[in-house]
Amino acid sequence: MQEIERRDGRPPVVLGIRDLVKVYGRGEGEVTALRGVSFDVQRGEFVAIMGSSGSGKSTLMNLIGCLDRPTRGTYLLDGEDVSLWGRDQLAEVRSRRIGFVFQSFNLLPRTSALENVELPLLYRATPAGESGGPSIAEQARQALVRVGLGERVKHHPSQLSGGQQQRVAIARALVNQPSLLLADEPTGNLDSRTSIEIMRLFQELNAGGMTIILITHEVDISEYARRVITLRDGRILSDHPIAAPRDAAAELARAPEPE
Amino acid sequence: MTRFFLILRVAFRAIARNKLRSALTCLGIIIGVGAVIAMVAIGEGASSMVRSQIASLGDNVINIFPGSDYRGGRMMGGGTNSSLTEGDVEALATQLPYLTAVSPVVNTSGQVIFGNQNWSTQVVGVGVDYLTIRRWAVVKGANFNPSAVRSVAKVALIGQTIADQLFQGEDPVGQVIRIKKMPFTVVGVLDKKGMNTWGRDQDDVIIVPYTTAMKRMSGQTYLSMIMASATSAAALPQASEAATELLRTRHRIPPGGTDDFSIRTQADIQNVMGSTAGVMRVLLAVIASVSLVVGGIGIMNIMLVSVTERTREIGVRMAVGAKGWHVLLQFLAESTVLASLGGVLGILLGLLTAELVSRFARWPVLVSPQSVVVAFCFAAAIGIFFGFWPARKASQLDPIEALRYE
Repeated sequence: MQEIERRDGRPPVVLGIRDLVKVYGRGEGEVTALRGVSFDVQRGEFVAIMGSSGSGKSTLMNLIGCLDRPTRGTYLLDGEDVSLWGRDQLAEVRSRRIGFVFQSFNLLPRTSALENVELPLLYRATPAGESGGPSIAEQARQALVRVGLGERVKHHPSQLSGGQQQRVAIARALVNQPSLLLADEPTGNLDSRTSIEIMRLFQELNAGGMTIILITHEVDISEYARRVITLRDGRILSDHPIAAPRDAAAELARAPEPE
Repeated sequence: MTRFFLILRVAFRAIARNKLRSALTCLGIIIGVGAVIAMVAIGEGASSMVRSQIASLGDNVINIFPGSDYRGGRMMGGGTNSSLTEGDVEALATQLPYLTAVSPVVNTSGQVIFGNQNWSTQVVGVGVDYLTIRRWAVVKGANFNPSAVRSVAKVALIGQTIADQLFQGEDPVGQVIRIKKMPFTVVGVLDKKGMNTWGRDQDDVIIVPYTTAMKRMSGQTYLSMIMASATSAAALPQASEAATELLRTRHRIPPGGTDDFSIRTQADIQNVMGSTAGVMRVLLAVIASVSLVVGGIGIMNIMLVSVTERTREIGVRMAVGAKGWHVLLQFLAESTVLASLGGVLGILLGLLTAELVSRFARWPVLVSPQSVVVAFCFAAAIGIFFGFWPARKASQLDPIEALRYE
């Protein structure tokens, strides 16, 4: 993995975004969703991207997640400019460097947690488990243990609670050891206690060095991150660190589990 | 290799996730392949039966029938005139090197009586070589000899059906039966020959010397037909030609005149029957193939529905790194596995059907391994062919749209 070491000794930049513009449609029906967005994210950061609907945050997420290409501007992921890459190259980038967590979990129904987590391993350029190393199932099991679901590998999504399903999705995002965990409204479908549990997991992962970008429109969820970027009308309105992020673990300890 | 198995495993899981739908999708192919195998087996069985029946006609047989009678300006139809004589038989037997045996045939019929049993049957008057020509064995007793023919003897050979009907277990040889009220001594019982191609019981027959049939029974002075045996199957056409020439000379037919007889060889019959069976086989195969194609369209239909229904799944797979060809191969593998599964089950169904048909309908079936292999490969090919379009559609989805799809 190519890394750009900075002279000042700060951690390498995972995400380098310069003047990103995204225009949908052509001619009369042209809609500009992003009007020039620039920011960097360093390794180990936990960034929340805030904004109401229409602010361009979904568009930004699609670009960061390599699901779409920008109209103009550059996007450096791990120092590589991926803004002009083709479909299959982007798929390769998603496979190796990005772990997705969605609002609606997006697990395959009637498929065990283990198999859901195995999914990204099937699409790697060099299939996992082919050259020595742990087998696909073993890697998936380890990822599930990491999110605290080591006991439920055989369960199907319908047999798991919402929080557990989101944990499976997080395990799936982690299994390929990505550079970046990209979460799109991960707590949008969860109750507040479960939301805090998921935030605790994110904070733990971040403490372990994982770079996380969290897209949300809920202010209280964004406060678990260490930096908040707010978008409005396709531009960055504000970008500032949070001096004292909320501590999910402490909050859960204060409010014991309801009977 | 690992990747290949991984894709196959994904396909198998997707199929297992939707068992009922997968089963219904397979059904078209199962029925199609089953139909191909059963139909071809039945067709092959029929043509092999026809072949053996034609072989049962005799040994490279040439049949010479009298021609049409011409009476008062009207043609009376084949076999009605009295052009064939004992002299013709004599000439054919002595002058044609292609023929190994020649026998006159005189057809008549009558009521047979033995004790208190009686039976109406066909009586055929023939020469001593008749049984050789027809490859017909005598199981009890013996064939009559030339002197019996010369002396217009009242001796008879009886078929199995007659033996069963009149004697019911008693030994018929040496017994005296009455045919048209005349006493005949049974000299032999013929081997069982079964039904002929037209479904007539060939064992329901009594064979007597042709002289006896002509002089004592029907009173006719001409022959119903002449039967001969050629030296080999290859010699049949020459034998037939030579016989035509000989008979035209003997009957004084001028060049360009119409024959007053007709000749049909076993090869002719075989060709007619063989081509009939061939047509039937092709027809059955076509019908079966149509049902296979219909099964393929069923697969395409379900795969299209499946792609639409699983748009989100495709989106997820793409988001976690699946490339277009991964998705394409996955769906292609799914349709191919479905079709192959249908193929295997169809083969079993086809074999079962063939077995049931042969057991209950008493129809001979012949399962050709070739048809099994071809049907299976065809089914798999149909899976690939009809699965390609849906798979391509799936692989070209936009991951963002697919993820948002409700």
